[in-house]
Amino acid sequence: MLAFIVSRLLQAIPVMLTVSLISFAMFAYVGDPVTIMLGQDYTEAQREALVRELGLDQPFFVQFVEFLQNVLRGDFGISYRLGRPVAELILERLPATIELALTAALLALLIGVPMGVYTGLYRNSWLSRVFLTVSLIGVSLPTFLIGILLILVFAVILGWLPSFGRGETVAIGWWTTGLLTASGLKALILPAVTLGLYQMTLIMRLVRSEMLEVLRTDYIKFARARGLPDRIVHFGHALKNTLVPVITITGLQLGAIIAFAIVTETVFQWPGMGLLFIQAVANADIPIMAAYLMLIALLFVTINLIVDLLYYAVDPRLRSGLIASSDR
Amino acid sequence: MPLLDVRNLRVEFPTRRGTLVAVDDVSFAIEPGEVLGVVGESGAGKSITGAAIIRLIEPPGRIAGGEIWLDGRRIDTLPPERMRNIRGREIGAIFQDPLTTLNPLYTIGRQLAETMRVHLGLGAKEARARAIRWLEEVGIPGAAERIDAYPHQFSGGMRQRVVIALALCAEPKLVIADEPTTALDVSIQAQVIALLKRLCRDHGTAVMLITHDMGVIAETADRVAVMYAGRIAEIGPVREVVKRPRHPYTEGLMGSIPPLSRRVRRLAQIEGAMPRLTDIPSGCAFHPRCPRAFDRCRRDRPDLMATDGPNRAACWLHDPSSRDLACGHAA
Repeated sequence: MLAFIVSRLLQAIPVMLTVSLISFAMFAYVGDPVTIMLGQDYTEAQREALVRELGLDQPFFVQFVEFLQNVLRGDFGISYRLGRPVAELILERLPATIELALTAALLALLIGVPMGVYTGLYRNSWLSRVFLTVSLIGVSLPTFLIGILLILVFAVILGWLPSFGRGETVAIGWWTTGLLTASGLKALILPAVTLGLYQMTLIMRLVRSEMLEVLRTDYIKFARARGLPDRIVHFGHALKNTLVPVITITGLQLGAIIAFAIVTETVFQWPGMGLLFIQAVANADIPIMAAYLMLIALLFVTINLIVDLLYYAVDPRLRSGLIASSDR
Repeated sequence: MPLLDVRNLRVEFPTRRGTLVAVDDVSFAIEPGEVLGVVGESGAGKSITGAAIIRLIEPPGRIAGGEIWLDGRRIDTLPPERMRNIRGREIGAIFQDPLTTLNPLYTIGRQLAETMRVHLGLGAKEARARAIRWLEEVGIPGAAERIDAYPHQFSGGMRQRVVIALALCAEPKLVIADEPTTALDVSIQAQVIALLKRLCRDHGTAVMLITHDMGVIAETADRVAVMYAGRIAEIGPVREVVKRPRHPYTEGLMGSIPPLSRRVRRLAQIEGAMPRLTDIPSGCAFHPRCPRAFDRCRRDRPDLMATDGPNRAACWLHDPSSRDLACGHAA
């Protein structure tokens, strides 16, 4: 188990190195930071001084190593546009995105899994047909359109929920949370639904098809032949056997939710990392883009590790792979 | 009073091209503690008969007629929840492939304990203690440690022993064993059959043993029912059916078993193949392959009728009015 975690962590190193190389390459090849920082009027002497100060006269590799050292210390440089340390900016925005993404993922799981089980068990009932039709809409409508439609209905027409922003927040240490105030919770509903709807329909359809598969297996028939109650057969024996693919997809989707909350955050003007990133792109604010890229890569690596560990928790055949293979 | 009494059972599968009759007018009884073998080729309806008794036919299949009585109680009309209490508690089941019948994600101890807790209302501790005793009884070495192992940590034969323990752990009066040894190595088949036989004798459990292996039947069963194209062709005591079959199909089956005592060049075989359910022949379903078929066989469908022995056979040869037509038949 420990060996597995260590080997996975070692595998993560080249991935992170590659991503940081790409991030770093952006500094060299996307735009010219010197021109951006100096503005319109400058002398050649000023330019050269800045180049030396930023270390841009050093060879590429030396610059990269220095960049890595800074990154490992948590120093991602200074935003060109905002003139503040990138690490600080991201830490400020991180709670908003994490809260939004986790709420959306939780929503998707808590609604998607039961709906999937239901549509798998009663695949010919009218309610299942309704779920499947609605899920088709969830899968095919683009996120921004869903967001705008929700704003139109619940913010503009009904006026129940705010159309943008995060509401009041409470600071706990450096973490600002909107979960503790009424306005914060109200502001969370629309963006979370928008972000989670696609994932919810995806999870529902996945659980449904897995359930259909598992319900045909001999061990489910045997569980019925043993006279176990439907509740135990469906939610114990059947659902547990659908978990491995569901965990995989949910894990990857959680990464995707955080990484691509950009659209939702833009539509709802949600003060998260996505919004920060999209503004950075618009202004060629490379330090923020580079840091964001590395952060998302780290996130995916971490989620993949957790997903692999969950496999081990769910499926005993993986835990004792040696015995299993000698048994075949 | 018989333990299980199946009367005129009919199982249908509605399909787009019409209704298939998988089991047609099947009647038989099993006495307490008796082992009834059910033999037949694949598709003869033997497994579906077994599934119908515990009401686990795959939809869209359904029981379209007949009655099933267990211990003097009609069970084919019970509501689903009452039927669930009968499955496992009063009728145990053993399936063909032990590699796929156990849930891979639960320890065998948990699967045993949950079955006993559901049916016998045991507490967790008591259920675990009994689970260990059951594993010992089916011959799992080191039962106390192996109880927390997962199915994939057992070999096929050991898994089938676990399945047998699962089928018997709530002390049912009847076990339906559907091809319990077909998926096992030949060397292990005999052990598993001997185990099943011993356990059922010790616990007084009756067995409906579904198989296509005449050897297993001859060794294990008290009586045997031979099925052909969804109907029972012949039923009677094992010795009698093996030694003096009264139905030409049974005769063919027995003839195709190679004798060990002498060398044979070619195995005897029955010409043709069992009809598909979509086109069952008129009259006796076996008549196109029967060497002794006559006019009436093509016209009328025979029911089980008395013969000159203890067997009953669904064959016009045994009908007194047509006996003279079957000239030369010694039976």
